[in-house]
This record gives sequence, C-alpha cells and structure tokens, in this order.
Amino acid sequence: MTTQELTYLFVGLSFALYIGIAIYSRAGSTSDFYVAGKGVNPIANGMATAADWMSAASFISMAGLIAFMGKDGSVYLMGWTGGYVLLALLLAPYLRKFGQFTVPDFIGTRYYSKMARLVAVLCLIFVSFTYVAGQMRGVGIVFSRFLEVDIDQGVMFGMVIVFFYAVLGGMKGITYTQVAQYCVLIFAYLVPAIFISILITGNPIPQLGFGDTLVNSDTYLLDKLDQVTVDLGFTAYTENIKSNIDIFCITAALMFGTAGLPHVIVRFFTVPKVSDARKSAGYALVFIALLYTTAPAVGSFARMNFIDSVQDSKYIDAPSWFKNWEGVGLIAWNDKNADGIIRYEFGNTFKDGRPKFSDKLGFSGERLTTNISEDSNKNEVYIDRDIMVLANPEIANLPGWVIALVAAGGLAAALSTAAGLLLVISSSISHDLLKKTFKPTITEKQELLYARFSAAIAIVIAGLFGIYPPGFVAQVVAFAFGLAASTIFPALFLGIFTKSVNKEGAISGMLSGLMFTSIYIVYFKFINPDFNHSENWIFGISPEGIGFIGMIINFVTSILVSRFFNPPTKIVMDLVDNLRQP
Amino acid sequence: MSNRLSNAYWKSNLKILFSLLSIWFIVSFGFGILWSDQLDLIQIGGFKLGFWFAQQGSIYIFVILIFVYVHLMNRLDKKYKKSIEQEIDKN
Repeated sequence: MTTQELTYLFVGLSFALYIGIAIYSRAGSTSDFYVAGKGVNPIANGMATAADWMSAASFISMAGLIAFMGKDGSVYLMGWTGGYVLLALLLAPYLRKFGQFTVPDFIGTRYYSKMARLVAVLCLIFVSFTYVAGQMRGVGIVFSRFLEVDIDQGVMFGMVIVFFYAVLGGMKGITYTQVAQYCVLIFAYLVPAIFISILITGNPIPQLGFGDTLVNSDTYLLDKLDQVTVDLGFTAYTENIKSNIDIFCITAALMFGTAGLPHVIVRFFTVPKVSDARKSAGYALVFIALLYTTAPAVGSFARMNFIDSVQDSKYIDAPSWFKNWEGVGLIAWNDKNADGIIRYEFGNTFKDGRPKFSDKLGFSGERLTTNISEDSNKNEVYIDRDIMVLANPEIANLPGWVIALVAAGGLAAALSTAAGLLLVISSSISHDLLKKTFKPTITEKQELLYARFSAAIAIVIAGLFGIYPPGFVAQVVAFAFGLAASTIFPALFLGIFTKSVNKEGAISGMLSGLMFTSIYIVYFKFINPDFNHSENWIFGISPEGIGFIGMIINFVTSILVSRFFNPPTKIVMDLVDNLRQP
Repeated sequence: MSNRLSNAYWKSNLKILFSLLSIWFIVSFGFGILWSDQLDLIQIGGFKLGFWFAQQGSIYIFVILIFVYVHLMNRLDKKYKKSIEQEIDKN
C-alpha cells in the first residue's frame, strides 16, 4: 500500500472508533453533558485530560519550535507542565469539593454576584475561542498535506466529526473519545521518536538518546548540535537567547495560565471524589510528561537531521520531503547566489517575511517567490517551524505506516482539544448565561437542548475560523494564556485561600488584570508591531510573559479594593470553610 | 464539627503546599532559569545540567511532586478522620 492509502486507512479507522464510542456513551442528563455524571475513573480522566490539553500546538508545533529555539524552548516545556502542579495543589481538589458544573459557577457563587459570573464567562469564551481557532487550522494542515484534500474540505470534515460526538455525547462522549484519542496520539508521537533516536544515537529511549553520543562517534549529540549551530551563525543550541527575566515571566504566565484554563479545570469536576481529583491531576501529568519529555529530544533530532540532509546539497538531488513541503508552501528556497546548491544558515531568507509564491519555476525547478530577497546574509532556506514533527518521519526516511500514524495522531490531538473547548463554551452559554443568569425558569431538558444547540453553533464558528484563519492566530495564543493567568487564576485562588476578598475586590481585580494584559498585548502585537523589541518592553518583558505581571496586578487590586467594602456574607464564609475541609 | 480540628487540618494542608511548591519553584525557576547557566558548567553524559533541568528534569520532578502530594493528603485525611471519631467518642 502507498503511504497515502495507509493514511486514509489509519485516519478512517481512528474516526470510526471515535464515532463508535460517542454513540455508545451518549449523554442523557445535564450532569452527563457537563461533567460526565461525575463518574469518571481517575486514570481515564487523567488520559482524557492529557488529550484535552495536548493540542495541535503540542503535537504538531512544539517540537519544531524547540528545534529552532534551542534552550529558549524550555519556556513551553516547563510552562505547560508546571501548571499542573499548581492545578493539583491549589485548585482542582477544592473546586471538585465545591461540586458544581462550570468555572463561572464557582466565581459567581464565591463572589455572590452575577456580574462576577459574567466577567468570568467573558474571559472563558475569549480564551476558548482563541484556542479553538488554532485547532481547526491544525486539522486543515494535516488533511491538506497527507490526504491531499482541500484545507476547507478537511476543516469541514473535522467539524462533522466533532459535531457528532460533542453534541451527542457531551462531556461523557468527549471523555471516552479522548481516552481513545490519547492512545492514538501518544503512540503516534513515540513511534517515530524512538525510530529516529535509534537512527541518530542508537539509543531506543528518546529521553536518553538526546544526551547520548552520535552513532559511530564519540561526540555527544548536543555538543555536535552546539558546534554546528554556532558554525552557521546561530546561538549555540543549549544556550539562551532571551533574557532571564523574560524567560522567567513567560514560563510563569504559561504555568498560571495553564492552571486557569477553564477546559482543563472542568475535567476535574468529572471524577467521583475529591481525592480522585488530586490523583487524576497526577495521572494527567504522567500522560502529558510522556510527550513533553520526548518533545525536546525530537526537536534536537529534527534540527540535526534537517541540517544534515539539506545543507550544501544540490536542489535537484534534494530529498522528496523538501519538495513536498515546498509544494504545500511551507518551505521555500531562494537561490541567492544562483549556484543550484542549498545553503542554510543564520539570517532571514526574505526581507518581507513569509514566502509569496509566483507560478514560475526557477533554474533548478524550485518554486519562485515574489518576495524581496534579503542579501545581507547567505541563508537561502525558509522553513515553517510547524512542519518539523510532521516532516520528521520523512526526513528520517521512516516507512510509510509511521507517516500515516503521525497524520492520525495529529488529527487526534487537534480534535480532542477542539471538542473539550467547544464543550466549555457551550456549557458556559447554556448553564451560566441562560440557566443561571437570564432565563432561570428553563427546565433541565430545555437546558440540555440549549447546551447542544450552543455546542453546534460554537462548532460552526470554530470551523469558520479554520477555513478563514484570522492572520492573528499565532499572536493570540499569548493572549489566551495571559488572560487565563491574569483573570481566572487569581479569582479562583483568592476565592479558596482567602475569606476577606469580596465581590468588589474580585471584579475589580479581574477587570484590572484583563485590561492591563490586553492593552499591553494589543499594543505590541497589533497596533505597533514594529515597536515590539526588548528595549521597548516594560522591564524587558515580552507580550508573551506579561500575563504574569497582569496576575500580580490582579492579586494586589483584589486585596486592596476588598478592604474598602463589606466582607463577604456568612454563607460565603461557610462555603469557603467547607471547601477547606476534607 | 470541631473548629480546632478543622483549623489544624487546614494548617497542615498549607504546610504541605508550601514545602511542595518551594521545590516546584526551585527546580523550574531556580535550576531551569535563574541558576541554569551556573549549573550548565556541570556536564553529565551529553547533558549540561541546567539545560537538563530546563528540558527534562523539572518535568519529572513535577510528576513526583503531585504524587507525593496525593500521598501526604490521603494520610492527612485519614488522620483527621480518626481524630474526629475520637472526639465524638469522648463526648
């Protein structure tokens, strides 16, 4: 069978599995729909959380980012795992003890205010839609490259699948589908990583191979990589480029943002007991760590392989993956000195960013662009970092079934995260906006209907984002984490660990965190992107890390403002006391 | 329910949180970021130590921390339940 037939087979089989599970575990009540009837086994919930959490960004983009960022890539590794420690220790058990359906439920009750609930819903919807747009795009990329269908058709197909199990099954359907999706995605991630680790270092465990010597040599992989990157004009692979304070703040923003992401928190509402919520967070991190400790190894292998296989080779003899991805438009070769030989080193290929392809072919048969060539350096290769994981098996010449597996894994990662996000969006609309705020008279049956209806609408909007991707998807990821860190996390934390913070404090805290963080990010990312350099940043903190400062502002504002107003009511005090007991 | 007991429970809980989160901070922000360059002077196998903490070690320790927390809290829950039963017996 050809690679493409295999890909159709693997993707088809995995989709059939997801739909089968969805039909088997349909939701019958609002409790089933929102929190899977609170009957999920903690290990299964850990797997579902891991699949929910690891998105197209983790599966497809992260190792590629690390490959080109070197040590700076650690911000993602520590940031996206360390948040689980905060979640397990500071939030999950208490929120499970509280025992309602949604994150705004907690904020609305603890701060005895519809206004607080609405601010929380606003943040939640913004954070979740930002995220979902990226997932649908990921689905589109995988479809277009591996199944050679149109990106639009790929996105629509993905929408139908998610529609099926999210609308029908709610949280219950999603949970069990995510367990299956975790298995598919982790298998798909580890198999090529193990193969490549053996090829490069002879060590079958990527986490160790990464620190091992190269095959038939006494040189360590990382030492070799340091030397090669320095020779080509880059900063050494194992050294930081960003300043320490920026790395500190980005890591912190990602950690606290992770702990404040509604679609992750809500997963801990689905287990039967408080002690299960703690355990479940532990299992979730084990399952996540399996991928996250492999990713930096994959990143270093990919960088090494990439340099080895294209550097100074003739374009005519370039490997087929190079031309395949050039065909999709994610690699470009700008033969600056017209010698037909590919030269890769530090520096921009074009003066004006991403390649814009014309219909013409160059001397060696490469796709020509209409960009302005950057002639102050010799680098001729433009490569989109998102393709490293997908291209890795091809770069390492692995068999067709491994490539097919990676395609199925990428889809599993994107679909599982999209479904989880769509569910929190729909429950915040049907539960928090309708049932708890604007239409308290609706029956449970009507609420369930509204929940399904809003899930359906959310899927259509997400799909539109996938088909007509707003150019700012990559930029707004910082936004999602920054906002979660500067609004939701402090409100939850203070709600549990203090009794004195009242509704005035919490609302002004959330709003000040929201405003500070959004203004900073919008200014540097949208209004004045040319100004986005370290010398213009406050204390040298980039927009990616500013959520951490926003969080501190939220904390200070909440505590100070609370002093000027009446303390929370007795009922709220008792609620907090109750949360703190086993 | 006895106020004294639940206060004691909450205090022990906070103590556990504080000690585990200190380790969390030291291995990630400390070893992985602030003192990473100094640790990089030490090399074990192919890994510089600071780099290893930033890309591998901190994650392993995070996992261990959560399971230690699960264990300590289960023990605390049990101890607390026992003292409540004793209190009820006394009355």
